Amino acid sequence: MTTISAQPGPSAQAPDDAALARSVQRSSARRRQTLWVWLLLMPTVVLYGVYTIYPIIASYWYSLVEWNGFGAEKRFVGLSNYQSVFADPLFWSSFKITLIFMLLVAPARVILSFLLAIVLNSPKLPLSKLFRTVFFLPVVTTTAIVGVVMQFILDPSSGPINSFLKFLGFEGGVNFLGDSNVALFTVSVVYVWKFFGITMIYWLAALQTIPQEIFDAARIDGAGFVQIFRYITLPLLKPFVIIISLLTIEDTFRAFDLMQTMTGGGPFFSTEIIEIYIYRWAFAAQIPQLGHASAAAVLFGAFVFAIGLIQLWGVYAARRLRKDLSA
Amino acid sequence: MSASSPAVRPLRAPRWQRILRRVPWWIAVAFLVVLAITWVYPFVWMVSASLKDNMEVFAAGLELIPSRFAFENYVRAWEDARFGRYLVNTVIVTLWTVFIVTVRCACAGYVLGRYSFPGSKIFMGVLIATLFVPTGYTIIPIVQVSLQLGVIDSLTGMILALSGAANVSAILIYAGYFRQMPKELEEAAVVDGAGFLRIFFSIMLPLAMPVTATVALLTFLATWNAFFLPLVFSFSRPELRTLSVGMQAFVGENAVDWTGMAAAGVISIIPVVVLFFFLQRYFVEGIAGAVKS
Repeated sequence: MTTISAQPGPSAQAPDDAALARSVQRSSARRRQTLWVWLLLMPTVVLYGVYTIYPIIASYWYSLVEWNGFGAEKRFVGLSNYQSVFADPLFWSSFKITLIFMLLVAPARVILSFLLAIVLNSPKLPLSKLFRTVFFLPVVTTTAIVGVVMQFILDPSSGPINSFLKFLGFEGGVNFLGDSNVALFTVSVVYVWKFFGITMIYWLAALQTIPQEIFDAARIDGAGFVQIFRYITLPLLKPFVIIISLLTIEDTFRAFDLMQTMTGGGPFFSTEIIEIYIYRWAFAAQIPQLGHASAAAVLFGAFVFAIGLIQLWGVYAARRLRKDLSA
Repeated sequence: MSASSPAVRPLRAPRWQRILRRVPWWIAVAFLVVLAITWVYPFVWMVSASLKDNMEVFAAGLELIPSRFAFENYVRAWEDARFGRYLVNTVIVTLWTVFIVTVRCACAGYVLGRYSFPGSKIFMGVLIATLFVPTGYTIIPIVQVSLQLGVIDSLTGMILALSGAANVSAILIYAGYFRQMPKELEEAAVVDGAGFLRIFFSIMLPLAMPVTATVALLTFLATWNAFFLPLVFSFSRPELRTLSVGMQAFVGENAVDWTGMAAAGVISIIPVVVLFFFLQRYFVEGIAGAVKS
């Protein structure tokens, strides 16, 4: 590294020519290094700048204009897009559905996968490798494809699930995706099934930080399964609970693929999460209202950002907790 | 062990007790087997439906093995529904995106992890602040900017947008990995006369192979499965659809062709599943990394 060479101490007299030459050389090397540094950063600066940073900023401007289609003129209208978004009951409905969806799927993912991870982590369980693979499998499959296939599996007349229900004697069958009281719940179950494996891997990674010897020692001391769980596993996992919960919560805001392909927000907007709301105003409407959609997007972005801030704080708190535990 | 210590008889419970102790585990296994079968059922159903003919699927039997293997479903999906074309598109988009993302994240991660330069703190701060930007938020400006650059309705535009959208975690993984490498590596290289790029490409990057594997694989997965951006980039040119977009369009056009749909689904999902079975370890490590750091 070029930054490590020692600075001349105060005892050094006027630098002789050789030292001067060295320091000139050093500063030019340093400048060259800065050049290289920015050169390597260039691809990220350009791509991330154009496709992430610029959109974040531009959204604010777009939310202040009336703009009916990408080719059309933009006309500054101040905050009136926000007014119309706030006055739109469907926006509030989509906000509410986003939250309900989160409350349905996040606890299910965190708690159920935790229980499964505990069982799978035990070295005594036969076939545990195979089980891990199976429960992780849906994660790698394409969400949009799964969403479409699920439409058929849950089909009210010929789908296998309803055929099975009929076989069991429930003649009526359930219209899983066509009934606005059931659809959100159905998608939630599919979502949990699809992304369950990610949270399970989080938990397995967390469990692996606890050395097996601690469990063995406790068992030799006569601790039972429940005692080990209560007094060893849970306290040691506390820092992970925060991180895993927040990672999972953040993940639930990215349900567009599944929702769009399974229900498209319907029936009667009963599964319309905010991302679909934005999509509908910007791309699916007869006359796109990009200003209106941008205002909704800005509000959504701010909301996710706020959750993200809580998350960073949580990670920070969890790190401290871990340090306290290991101290 | 000293010879004087008394001979310890191995402490083993009687046979029946050992068997009894295993019973809860076997109950757990039985339960997990049932759960696992339920878990993979949708995929099994899809493969089964892709081999039946439409009459048999609509008869809605629960039988999974078709009475006659109807491979013509695959021909229909591949040719009439143009899934061959969609597969090629997906492969092109995925490979380019993986390449661009891996290179750019390795470069950025290396620099951010190993050098402190004016602005490095701010750079890192901006990255972390935008870690969780959802696509729904950025999609409108992305389309607008692609329109202005003239790359909307093209695979190039799709690739650029996919490789420019959030990949912050990959940069952070690289930065963390490069940061903990010993300084002596570079010092020795500098003494040997290696320059900045030589050090990066012939020393550091090869050492970061495990990270590269993980990043490449997770990017592959994310790109192959991407839906929102490819959907928006292929609105007016159906021939640019990727598999995920094509699937939805296919169902929109042929709602009654269940077996063709199933065959198309199998075509779309098989590549990632095969990759997963061979490289499972890296997948799992990449995802677990989010928790450990």
